[in-house]
Amino acid sequence: MSGPTTTTGGAQERIEDARRFVRGGIKAQLRCLQLVFQAALGPAVLFFVGLVPILALNVGSQHGLGSLLVVAAGVVAFPAACFWLGRRYARRSRDLVEAWFGVRIPVAYRPAAAPQQDERGHWWTGHSYHSRRSTARAELTVRSVLGDPASWRDVLWLAAGAGAAGVLAVPCLLLTAVGAGAAVGLLEQIVDNSSYYSAGDPRELLLQLGLCLAAVAAGLALAPRAVRLHADWTRRALDPDRAGGQSKARLTERVQQLTETRADAVGDQAAELRRIERDLHDGAQARLVAIGMTLGTIEHLMDSDPPAARALLSEARQSSAKALQELRDLVRGIHPPVLAERGLGDAVRALAMDSALPVDVCVSLPDRPAAPVEAAVYFSVCELLANAAKHSGADQVWVDILHRAGTLRVTVTDDGHGVADPTRGSGLRGIERRLGTFDGVLAIDSTSGGPTTITLELPCELSSPRTSTSFAKA
Amino acid sequence: MRVVLAEDLYLLREGLIRLLEAHGFTIAAAVETGPELLEALLTHRPDVAVVDVRLPPTLTDEGLQAALSARRQIPGLPVLVLSQHVQQLYARELLADGSGGIGYLLKDRVFNADQFIDAVRRVAAGGTAMDPDVIAKLLQSNARSGPLQRLSPREREVLELMAEGCSNSAIAARLVVSDGAVAKHIANIFTKLGLAPADDANRRVLAVLAHLNGTAEQTG
Repeated sequence: MSGPTTTTGGAQERIEDARRFVRGGIKAQLRCLQLVFQAALGPAVLFFVGLVPILALNVGSQHGLGSLLVVAAGVVAFPAACFWLGRRYARRSRDLVEAWFGVRIPVAYRPAAAPQQDERGHWWTGHSYHSRRSTARAELTVRSVLGDPASWRDVLWLAAGAGAAGVLAVPCLLLTAVGAGAAVGLLEQIVDNSSYYSAGDPRELLLQLGLCLAAVAAGLALAPRAVRLHADWTRRALDPDRAGGQSKARLTERVQQLTETRADAVGDQAAELRRIERDLHDGAQARLVAIGMTLGTIEHLMDSDPPAARALLSEARQSSAKALQELRDLVRGIHPPVLAERGLGDAVRALAMDSALPVDVCVSLPDRPAAPVEAAVYFSVCELLANAAKHSGADQVWVDILHRAGTLRVTVTDDGHGVADPTRGSGLRGIERRLGTFDGVLAIDSTSGGPTTITLELPCELSSPRTSTSFAKA
Repeated sequence: MRVVLAEDLYLLREGLIRLLEAHGFTIAAAVETGPELLEALLTHRPDVAVVDVRLPPTLTDEGLQAALSARRQIPGLPVLVLSQHVQQLYARELLADGSGGIGYLLKDRVFNADQFIDAVRRVAAGGTAMDPDVIAKLLQSNARSGPLQRLSPREREVLELMAEGCSNSAIAARLVVSDGAVAKHIANIFTKLGLAPADDANRRVLAVLAHLNGTAEQTG
């Protein structure tokens, strides 16, 4: 009983396999076609750009100067077209690889530096002076393109990519197209001309038909491999880290960025320590000394003047309460208690309750970020809420805290009149510096008269520091 | 009166034990950690618990969590929470079940032994003892809008003391006015806030706080 079912099951599977094979083959064929078209387009454009000055030269031998200018323009235009097309073609190739295989090939062009103006009003490019800014900028652009290994790699890819598409995709397409064409031809002859069928050797005919179908099958089978090979090659040719050249530049950039943010972090920390030292020295410490002195006096007065001693005692108690208050404020400035106890979400909620403005808080954090990240975000939100209360003239503030795909995003929106005034600037820069230590960024969307949205975004992982206890489950 | 005490700092724990014993309380248990506290509360079922918010092992808000969790199992278990700092957030969580017998004070208040002991007794009796700091902040964040604006300065003073859990005579003593004047102010406050007048001291405080909480939720 089970025998037939398995055979039909096997047959169905085989049919399904065949269907999948044909479908994959046809998809790959289409991709091959796309590759060939893409690859052919660049050289074709270049051919016409190159043709213009050559034609002009031919005609110019009779017409003189005017056509010489065209030649000169062509001499400039051709390499420019090479680089431009190279970049376009490389980008297109990257996009295709990402769309087909989901692999992102990183792009790392060196940005063109901005020209700097000296005191005489000339524009300095780092190599030469120009009287006009546009000239300086053009020079910098040309330099950055010519000096960028990524650009040269693009141009090489323009040539090599065309070759790759030709070598890999064209045979697959030809195999399928020729095989299919021949098979259709044979079938037509069989159907139309039964005399040929009767006259010809049926075995030879079948062999021919089999060969045609084998060619089609080979085309379909090879096409996916060709597409994959092409993608591999594209990745090897365009990925700077694989190619080796650009990765150093990228590393240099990263090191520079890290040096900056580290210097900021160290500087901030030193300033913070100085502030704490000063606060302790001028505040709690001084008060405790005063309390000690008062207690000494009380000891002295206890027998001779009890009422005065009692008055001093109450003073000493008030002093100790004030010292405690100051210590509390200090602790709040270093590491807010609710943040330590409950984490970012509740700390911001507590902040919102104490804020002068009505604040709506929405938190979506499955776990807690690392303590330094929590603190940085908390103090940033603190500053933003204070800003909103002081400067924005808003009636309502919304805070959203969200963690998704390894990124913590906090948006603080108010319905105030927008546009930061200069006093807000330094605070925002401070937040930027604070977040920079964690590779975080700050985005401000504040139009005149409109609402202000400030977004903080930083990469971070979540983890739960709270050990599960018996009553946590109860 | 039997007390369960939870405080992880040795000096403060010993000081509190001495203070409470000197005022005639019996220490049923003095514990250091959150899990121990929960167990002690459930086994001893004390007349009142004095609890530090931050307790080992996590040194986060274990004390508060243990107290809340014990109150879920023993409704109305009187708990006085002590903290190095007071937070509206925690106060609202403690008041959320609305069954009274709740106190939330700054640790500094222990300095004033009489007021502290008074607060312990009030909580043990099912009343409320809220730190003036919390009340001030609650009132502050509600003063911008809502019916609180209609109160006169004197009425707000009375409201603050009432929210702390003071009785009419205690308010009269603190503000140096007659009991009758306090009663009149309170009647006015109840009218202006739209609260039904009630004689029971505990219900009165809870009504005020619930009202404050309610308006606070609306305004954020």
